[in-house]
Amino acid sequence: MSVGKIFRQPLNVVNIGLAGFAASVSDCGGSVVQVNWRPPLSVDADAYSTMATHNNAIEAANARVMEVILSGKPVLVGMDLAANVIPGMRKDLILHSGPPITWQRMCGPTRGAIIGALIYEGLATNASDAEKLAASGKIAFAPCHHHSAVGPMAGIVSASMPVFIIRNDTFGNYAYCTLNEGLGKVLRYGAFGAEVIEKLRWMEQVLYPVLQDAIASLGSIDLKSIIAQALHMGDEVHNRNRAGTSLFYRTIAPAIVSVCNNTSDAVKALNFIHGNDHFFLNLSMPAAKCCLDAARGVPFSSIVVAMARNGTDFGIQLAGTNNQWFVGDALVPDALFFPGFTKDDANPDIGDSAITETLGLGGFAIAAAPAIVQFVGGSAADAVQYTLDMYEIAAAENNVFQIPYLDFRGTPTGIDVRKVVETGITPFIDTGVAHKEPGVGQVGAGVLSAPAMPFQKAFDGLAKTIRSINDGAIKNP
Amino acid sequence: MIVKGFVKKGAYHDSVTLMLVTKEVNQSSGVENSGVVMASENNKELLRDAGLFLKEFESLTETDLIVSVCAKDEDDATKAIQLAEAILKGVKSSALRENVGFKSLSQAVSALPGANLAVISVAGRYAAFEAFKALENNLHVMLFSDNVSVEDEIRLKTMALEKGLLVMGPDCGTAIINGIPLAFANVVQRGSIGIVAASGTGLQEVSSIISNLGGGISQAIGTGGRDIKKEVGGLMFLEAIQALEQDPDTSIIVLISKPPSSDILEKIAHTVQNSTKPIVAILIGGKPQVIEDSGAYAATNLEEAAHIALALHSGENVAQRLSKLQERNLALIEKAKELALGAKGWYIRGLYSGGTLCDEAQLIAKDLLGSVYSNTPLNPKFLLKNANQSFEHTIVDLGDDEFTKGKPHPMIDFSLRNQRILSEASDKEVAVLLFDVVLGYGSHPDPIGQLQPAITEARKQNPHLLMICSVCGTNGDPQNKQEVVRRLTELGVEVQPSNAAASFLAFHVVLNLNSTLNR
Repeated sequence: MSVGKIFRQPLNVVNIGLAGFAASVSDCGGSVVQVNWRPPLSVDADAYSTMATHNNAIEAANARVMEVILSGKPVLVGMDLAANVIPGMRKDLILHSGPPITWQRMCGPTRGAIIGALIYEGLATNASDAEKLAASGKIAFAPCHHHSAVGPMAGIVSASMPVFIIRNDTFGNYAYCTLNEGLGKVLRYGAFGAEVIEKLRWMEQVLYPVLQDAIASLGSIDLKSIIAQALHMGDEVHNRNRAGTSLFYRTIAPAIVSVCNNTSDAVKALNFIHGNDHFFLNLSMPAAKCCLDAARGVPFSSIVVAMARNGTDFGIQLAGTNNQWFVGDALVPDALFFPGFTKDDANPDIGDSAITETLGLGGFAIAAAPAIVQFVGGSAADAVQYTLDMYEIAAAENNVFQIPYLDFRGTPTGIDVRKVVETGITPFIDTGVAHKEPGVGQVGAGVLSAPAMPFQKAFDGLAKTIRSINDGAIKNP
Repeated sequence: MIVKGFVKKGAYHDSVTLMLVTKEVNQSSGVENSGVVMASENNKELLRDAGLFLKEFESLTETDLIVSVCAKDEDDATKAIQLAEAILKGVKSSALRENVGFKSLSQAVSALPGANLAVISVAGRYAAFEAFKALENNLHVMLFSDNVSVEDEIRLKTMALEKGLLVMGPDCGTAIINGIPLAFANVVQRGSIGIVAASGTGLQEVSSIISNLGGGISQAIGTGGRDIKKEVGGLMFLEAIQALEQDPDTSIIVLISKPPSSDILEKIAHTVQNSTKPIVAILIGGKPQVIEDSGAYAATNLEEAAHIALALHSGENVAQRLSKLQERNLALIEKAKELALGAKGWYIRGLYSGGTLCDEAQLIAKDLLGSVYSNTPLNPKFLLKNANQSFEHTIVDLGDDEFTKGKPHPMIDFSLRNQRILSEASDKEVAVLLFDVVLGYGSHPDPIGQLQPAITEARKQNPHLLMICSVCGTNGDPQNKQEVVRRLTELGVEVQPSNAAASFLAFHVVLNLNSTLNR
């Protein structure tokens, strides 16, 4: 084939780099598009060559991981108290969002929520006692992610909190999440006043039994199907859960009516769900968690299986590096704020809810959610562009979750840390914003691009793991 | 401080829009704080906490709109509320906007159906990676970036040839494909003369001269200077000749490069022998017998190459055309004698932005003055000890790497050349300044605006200084050659139609100075 075939084609140029070079093409009758190129993230040179050398093994592992992730089938199968179902859960253990962190380094909202949880558990009677107890070392702290759980914002889970039980029907693994408390002064944003505790008790004593019975009467609820429908109805199931909540409501309402003997409780339960557009978030998150957890522990894989923030650190985990965390500083989101609040009030990014982005939802599916595009710059085009950008770092396109506007293209799913490093594009997350002081609550909502450091570290960390696998293989043939 | 409220019942707006409005209102003059919200219980609570709650909000429900402003005075508050209303009136669904910019090659390719060429100018160490991606996407590549390893260059070109794709570069500054100038290139007429060049300004000079004299260019393919070195083996240079050989719109082929390694020279000669089209070769720094034996027209400089190609194009006798050029040169010799009369000093200093033009000037000097000093000398013995310091007859390439590390090229940034013009002018032994002005895309949009202060100052310092230059470019270029020549002439600069002519004139002036011993 001759290189001269271009002589007989109209010239269509992709200009990568100096933008000035586009002018001669457009002035002289050619078509040109500009790539606003950015350098790849800097990583260790040895790591780069290890990853390049093992490209085939990584590709094969990633293909396997994506098959597992995409074939996951999360279903809601019941409810119980955390202590009864969450592996390793006990009275003196508090679970929190994000990677591991000590009490000393915890941010305001996380501390506030822990204070609230200790009061709720009856381990302290007031805030100052609770704070002392938390700092005393008598209470253990661990990430939700270490216990098959996820929690939005502070993500605090304590022993007597009721939790949803989600099963991955394909692989048999489980994930857990507490009930969403609604907006206003709530524990997950670090509020711990009397009304917060009171609401938690009502949820435990009234809402939980009603829901538990209703779910039991239905047997199970297919969450994957609800999420897929919600995407068609304008949710991305992270920052907008209005459709998901409505679909869940439609499913659960008849069951509540038929199994609940106390009409007043039934009405209250139904009104609670109806009044909280984010109710479904606490189902979309564990649904994502249980799909991704099934893909853990696949050597060589560079796919992210968890992306989580504790309000201080932003951490990720890879399928190929077991339970290792790769962390960097959590950033403050670009946000729109509620009246009376500014960026100065905002806490750095917090919560396990980025598990939705990890599964190709949330910010990755923002093109499906025109109602909230103003968070991302005001126009539908911006939202579409963000989703298109995420295809650049995704290993696959989802087989079930689709974007109507993109002709029902599957959402970008499975973050490949190699692609993040190569393109310099980090995952895009849309999220709620907590006040940095405990007890104040949500102050806005916005978006952010994940910090680069966890991905650089994960790239290097995976290379190290691969080298140690090889060394082991040489020592033990 | 006062708090003022505005209520609109049944006017629903989504919370995100309202947060945006709040943000705007907060920036209005005299506003301390504000809340633009639907009157849900939750939002009313927020207003209470923020000190923005008024009694009149009590009975409202979530379908009612509240605008509450805390401002310095009544007037500021009223203005802020009006602003909120105006913004809310203006809120409408925004249609999808134009392309908001691509972040990667693959995005761009999916947005541009029929994409067939990538122009890559990213930092060298990333450039090969982008070029491989372009080839994988079946794009031809123009690799402007330098600092790409020779191994990567070979891999890229090998892969490209397997796929039937061009890789122009690395370090390819110019090309014209399908009439469209790329990177540093001139707007030339289209025609039937095809060019293959391993030399950037060589391509610009030849294509511009051809176009200015009524000819036209079918394609001008750059290969990057290293292509014709032994390691790369002329992979693209040879392939490009083949492509032009097969191109029905090309009837004459011009080859431009520095002398290639001997085995590549053999291969080129072989390709030329088998060609059915007339081929003109200008190998700057040599006129090897093997090329002449192959049947190509071997030119001694870029201008001559252009004239031979034009003669072949118009069916004119080549020897006749060259003798006309010879006559022109005789006239230049006479002109040189005149110019020498008014000159003082005896040295020439050449200050070039085009590397190939600098080489060509040295080549012409060699016949007339012998070797001259340079930072890129033809004869290594004449390497300047210090590139910033001229010695006797000196011709420097200010676009060479040692001058451009971390700085823009002198075709874009004139500061280095302007400094040098002034320092040469202050040297009483200097009689002639010779330089180039390269036009076209990529180069500075107003070169004379850049040069004028230095030229004026140099003239003031040294009224006898002769300034001779050529302008490489066309009237179609954004800078317009005619206009540039006019302004240079106004500044008292002697402008010649080619670098060869300017060099020839300048060196003959020097010959006359030496013969009259005007020390």
